[in-house]
Amino acid sequence: MEKARPLWDNPLQFVFACISYAVGLGNVWRFPYLCQMYGGGGFLIPYVIMLIVEGMPLLYLELAVGQRMRKGSIGAWKIISPYLCGVGVASVVVSFFLSMYYNVINAWAFWYLFHSFQDPLPWATCPLNSNRTGYEEECEKTSSTQYFWYRQTLNISPSMETSGTVQWEQALCLTLAWLVVYLCILRGTASTGKVVYVTASLPYCVLIIYLIRGLTLHGALNGLIYMFTPKLEQLSNPKTWISAATQIFFSLGLGFGSLIAFASYNDPSNNCERHAIIVSLINSTTSIFASIVTFSIYGFKATFNYESCINKVILLLMNTFDLEEGSLTADNLSEMKDYLMAAHPQEYAQLLPQLKNCSLEAELDTVQGPGLCFIHAGFVCFINCIIGLIFTMEAGNYWFDIFNDYAATLSLLLIVLVETIAVCYIYGLRRFEKDLHTMIGRKLNWYWKVMWAFASPLLIISLFIFYLTDYILTGTLQYQAWDGTQGQLVTRDYPSYALAVIGLLVASSTMCIPLGALLTFIRKRLKRERVSTVA
Amino acid sequence: MNGYLFSPFRNLLNISIISVSTICRISNVLLCNVTDRVSFWFVVTDSSKNTTTVPGSEVEAAIRMNRNRINSAFLLSDKTLQFLKISTTLSPPVEPSTPVWLIVFGVVLSLIVAGIVFLVVSGIQQRKKKNKESTERENLEEKGEVTITTENGIPCETLDLKAGHINGVFAADDERFTSL
Repeated sequence: MEKARPLWDNPLQFVFACISYAVGLGNVWRFPYLCQMYGGGGFLIPYVIMLIVEGMPLLYLELAVGQRMRKGSIGAWKIISPYLCGVGVASVVVSFFLSMYYNVINAWAFWYLFHSFQDPLPWATCPLNSNRTGYEEECEKTSSTQYFWYRQTLNISPSMETSGTVQWEQALCLTLAWLVVYLCILRGTASTGKVVYVTASLPYCVLIIYLIRGLTLHGALNGLIYMFTPKLEQLSNPKTWISAATQIFFSLGLGFGSLIAFASYNDPSNNCERHAIIVSLINSTTSIFASIVTFSIYGFKATFNYESCINKVILLLMNTFDLEEGSLTADNLSEMKDYLMAAHPQEYAQLLPQLKNCSLEAELDTVQGPGLCFIHAGFVCFINCIIGLIFTMEAGNYWFDIFNDYAATLSLLLIVLVETIAVCYIYGLRRFEKDLHTMIGRKLNWYWKVMWAFASPLLIISLFIFYLTDYILTGTLQYQAWDGTQGQLVTRDYPSYALAVIGLLVASSTMCIPLGALLTFIRKRLKRERVSTVA
Repeated sequence: MNGYLFSPFRNLLNISIISVSTICRISNVLLCNVTDRVSFWFVVTDSSKNTTTVPGSEVEAAIRMNRNRINSAFLLSDKTLQFLKISTTLSPPVEPSTPVWLIVFGVVLSLIVAGIVFLVVSGIQQRKKKNKESTERENLEEKGEVTITTENGIPCETLDLKAGHINGVFAADDERFTSL
């Protein structure tokens, strides 16, 4: 007697689960950065094209496979072909790596949340130095918010070689983050089904609050104008199209096996085609909405820095040349500078190294983006928490960046490529089409068939080739280390053991696919031999 | 304007130096190097000892101790009234005995742990109830009093209507069948 597969209480829970899975940091943080880098409003053109060509078809494929096979990732691919059990295992391995490092972000979020309950906020001012005559030296060189992040949150070491000790405050927050995860998954779909109502809607509430706050900030408009002015010449840059494709691919979370698992809890006649279109559209519109929020705040920050810079220059000039209050303003600054250069050339020349050239464009350009990044349940949570303690050490953030950049990227591309080829050519597109017709009751549109069979695999292959050549061409991999004495980031080479870890991360997930096929082949051979010897 | 400022300053300095060293009787604050911006050098003489000036360290100590009073007399602050060589000491931020974040962390942690314990305990209780029910049902079945209809080994009660959905392909379409 087989236990019935648990189901979502209603289709809305499934949609919410997919939305809360897809909408994440990539929408809020990475998309605005890419949009601004690759042509502003013009970036929306490759983005929408990639959404239609790559995002929707691949999402529909994964959901359809899950709903049809009614098993998680490993089981579903075993049904399609026994040689493909490695694909499911590779998905699980990648998911495991991701959950290891991604929950650290939640730990940081908790840290900042708990520190928000004081006025003034701890990152608003620099702490005082030991004899209270001024502010901490490291904080003076950089800003109070960066100091709070690098010194008081991470307590980051100057390079990867000095790993330092586990920071107990971060370890506590990480433990709390894992306890929250455990609470949410404790009862399977029964608990997760209720939790997704909150996790899907809460980000939108927060984003709306941020939107209202951000748009009322001074200088918000500068950021929005800067971001959305289309620079159509970027469309000829191949990196624009590659970034759009990559962003769509990773933003939807394809290849982790989670979408297959979510869809397997659906009842078989659920219209997953409609849901795939809805989820991908919601994901992309959330990206655009979040970029409005993010860039209004970036615009405020850039304007604030620019105006502080101008004020410092004005104060310096007024003090040196004993000018009247109000004679120097932001508007007449450049004219007054020329006049002073002509009137008092020696003093002006002495002052020149201290006079910074303030530029609003330069402030907006310094917007940095993240790297590419991404009694059973209790055991998984516990193991992940213990391993995650690595990321709470002083050098932990560097290991975090390694995982963020390399644990998921290449492996996911390979996994989804194998998935698409498996469904179209190994299982058979016609057979799959018939299954879907039985399930949903409608005929499969020719558009999906063309995308699955030709367009999406070609696109993934080209992305894969691009990334491989990029990794090979750049030679030694480098990372950004925080130098406390200078108060800024410096580039360093990875030590050899870090390179070994990177290689292991990529290999452990990608090798599962050929290994799985090989193991199945050997097992079948042995069985055949055993049968033949018995006979 | 300079004279207006200097007399209260003089008086204040008198009072502050008297409070440092009770022995000397100060009566003269001499000003020199006056500039357009309100800035000046000063020395403090000790009239009882004729021409000797009060040592700089004592003046510095006096000013350091009474900085607040000097500032408020001029309605200025540490940023607008600067004594060269006397660096301002910034007031340390107020820090409560237990950091605030630990308190909030403790509250959230206890809520989460309470939630986990509640779910685990209620899960165990439900399983106990289900076991009791299934043993009761088995007893009844043995007595042959209740027959439970099963479909593919799944009792019909769990195959509730909520999991069913009419599939358009198989739904009986009345118009396809010829009417009798």
